[in-house]
Amino acid sequence: MSGHSTYEPKTGIERWLDVRLPILRFANDTVVTFPTPKNLNYWYTFGGILALMLGIQIVTGIVLAMHYVPHVDMAFNSVQRIKRDVNYGWLIQGMHANGASMFFLAVYVHMFRGLYYGSYKAPREVLWILGCVIYLVMIITAFMGYVLPWGQMSFHGAVVITNLIGALPVVGPAITTWLWGGFAVDDATLNRFFSLHYLLPFVIAGVVALHIWALHVPGNSNPKGVEVKSEADTVPFHPYYTVKDGFAISVFLLLYAAFVFFAPDALGDAVNYVKANPLVTPAHIVPEWYLLPFYAILRALPNKLLGVIAMFGAIATLFVLPWLDTSKVRSMRYRPAIRLWYFIFFIDCIVLGFCGAHAPDDLVIPGVSGLQLGDANLNSFVWLSRFAATFYFAYFWVITPLMGLTETPLKVPESISEPVLSHPASAPMGAMASPEKRG
Amino acid sequence: MADTVVGATPDPHASGEDPSRRDFIHIAAGAAAIGAVGGLVWPLIDQMNPAGDTLALASIEFDLGKVEPGQQVVVKWRGKPLFVRHRTPAQIAAAIKDDHADLRDPQTDEERHKAGKAEWLILVGTCTHLGCVPTVGGGDYGGWFCPCHGSVYDTSGRIRKGPAPKNLEVPTYAFLSDSKIKVG
Ligand code: HEM
Ligand code: FES
Repeated sequence: MSGHSTYEPKTGIERWLDVRLPILRFANDTVVTFPTPKNLNYWYTFGGILALMLGIQIVTGIVLAMHYVPHVDMAFNSVQRIKRDVNYGWLIQGMHANGASMFFLAVYVHMFRGLYYGSYKAPREVLWILGCVIYLVMIITAFMGYVLPWGQMSFHGAVVITNLIGALPVVGPAITTWLWGGFAVDDATLNRFFSLHYLLPFVIAGVVALHIWALHVPGNSNPKGVEVKSEADTVPFHPYYTVKDGFAISVFLLLYAAFVFFAPDALGDAVNYVKANPLVTPAHIVPEWYLLPFYAILRALPNKLLGVIAMFGAIATLFVLPWLDTSKVRSMRYRPAIRLWYFIFFIDCIVLGFCGAHAPDDLVIPGVSGLQLGDANLNSFVWLSRFAATFYFAYFWVITPLMGLTETPLKVPESISEPVLSHPASAPMGAMASPEKRG
Repeated sequence: MADTVVGATPDPHASGEDPSRRDFIHIAAGAAAIGAVGGLVWPLIDQMNPAGDTLALASIEFDLGKVEPGQQVVVKWRGKPLFVRHRTPAQIAAAIKDDHADLRDPQTDEERHKAGKAEWLILVGTCTHLGCVPTVGGGDYGGWFCPCHGSVYDTSGRIRKGPAPKNLEVPTYAFLSDSKIKVG
């Protein structure tokens, strides 16, 4: 899409097509000869995994839509019928349900990769923002998809999330009614969620196209964070990264298959095997695992509107990250000071996930009664999520800008190839300056 | 325009390019296009609001005779649960006692039931936090407890603890007779 094209049509048909629709040239420049930094590690294979997962969700989803009935009286049974009676329905439904989890797993790895290697820094801000848009649309799509089987958790999850919007002053209630198409989550809601759940993955596919376009203008970043200086720093995408991505995809598919075949319900909630009943709320409402950290942030605040603002703020923060980071050094390999904070941030996200999975008043350390602080017990998940949510925001809004100004980064290599040849730590054993010192 | 001397001074009007007429046509065309798009977008947005038949089905009648003192019956109204609670004298007294307590959404018990019908509490059964259905009899005040995020309501349905901002909503309803109400 950018730079020179090395494509040379070989046959007459290819030449004929090339001056009419240069689609083969495009494919060649994108996935065959595309010059790619030669030092990409396995953390860089998740983009390809994500593309595959999107494809799987679309294909399995279209098949499910052939058997699914979007009606409050029939939706639950139609999904059970798919699982039990439709030929291979168990497989296709299992792939779709677990596929969403795997999709999120991959996107989180992909995003944490971007955070660590500073992939969001100039000139890749637009690339990063498009990624954040994809993530946001993924969340909306997954949320609407989860409503479709019309189990208890589907229904009451939808009630809770749509009510969040009601927290907005003045317009909130009108928007909620508009979303519902009635006075409560009901048939109208289910139908429009189905329609949108079908549509949005194609929107994602469109944004992915932009995302990859924006990737191919500056090219990939890489673990060293230095830009490609010469052709010596790159290898053609094929066969080097098609094979590397292919291997990573195979390993990833093993994990995916383990869930689909051996533990298809492990990631779901048993309560969703009970048909939706608007008159009885399950004792404990929790979203799917991949949304738990945001749910914890929502509940951390005692005020409904503030909770909603904090939750959306947690996602909005990602969009502005390129302008919060004041450091010119891209990769955290050369930023030991912030690297520590980065790992704490990672753990913080997991802690938030735990908080989201527990009832707010549950004790963090069982048996310790703890002391009352403000409206809740200090040993309860409410307070833990408050601390963790504070750290979440502090990491982006305080630590990231301050570290860039105060830290002393390590020496950044001149080029991608340079440290391979001269840096003792990364040189092969035989080339060690004084190998005898290595016991 | 008729008496313009062609060629003497370069006159923009001469070639028919009257700037103000052009601007007018541009603005008018632009406004018409925006108006047309807006006129089309609104139906696309408004179709998602509750349909006519949904609005028409909005009221129900309920026979109170089925509810014993101390009991609550939950009926579906507008897709939501409606609480019909037959309060005992002790529960009514507890509610009145707290009329002037430190309430988040101050209301007296009197304002929350029909005059002379203190035993009947008719409420929309969705928590004002995020819409879960609170369980009857739970919480420190013997009213309702919401399992979702721990909101506690008293025997008047007023919010006493937890994240919910408002009291349980009292719907529009009327007594058709001593034992029959019409809600909505
Ligand atoms: C459906 C979801 C997504 C797909 C299919 C996708 C696909 C890809 C692909 C194929 C690449 C190139 C290979 C790689 O570097 O891993 C890439 C790069 C990238 N993606 Fe995504 N992506 C998705 C979501 C996201 C999200 C949610 C973010 C962050 C918020 C993001 C941020 C980036 C960045 C910053 C790069 C450039 C990486 C670099 O070269 O350093 N992507 N994406
Ligand atoms: S919905 Fe009742 S406390 Fe949140």
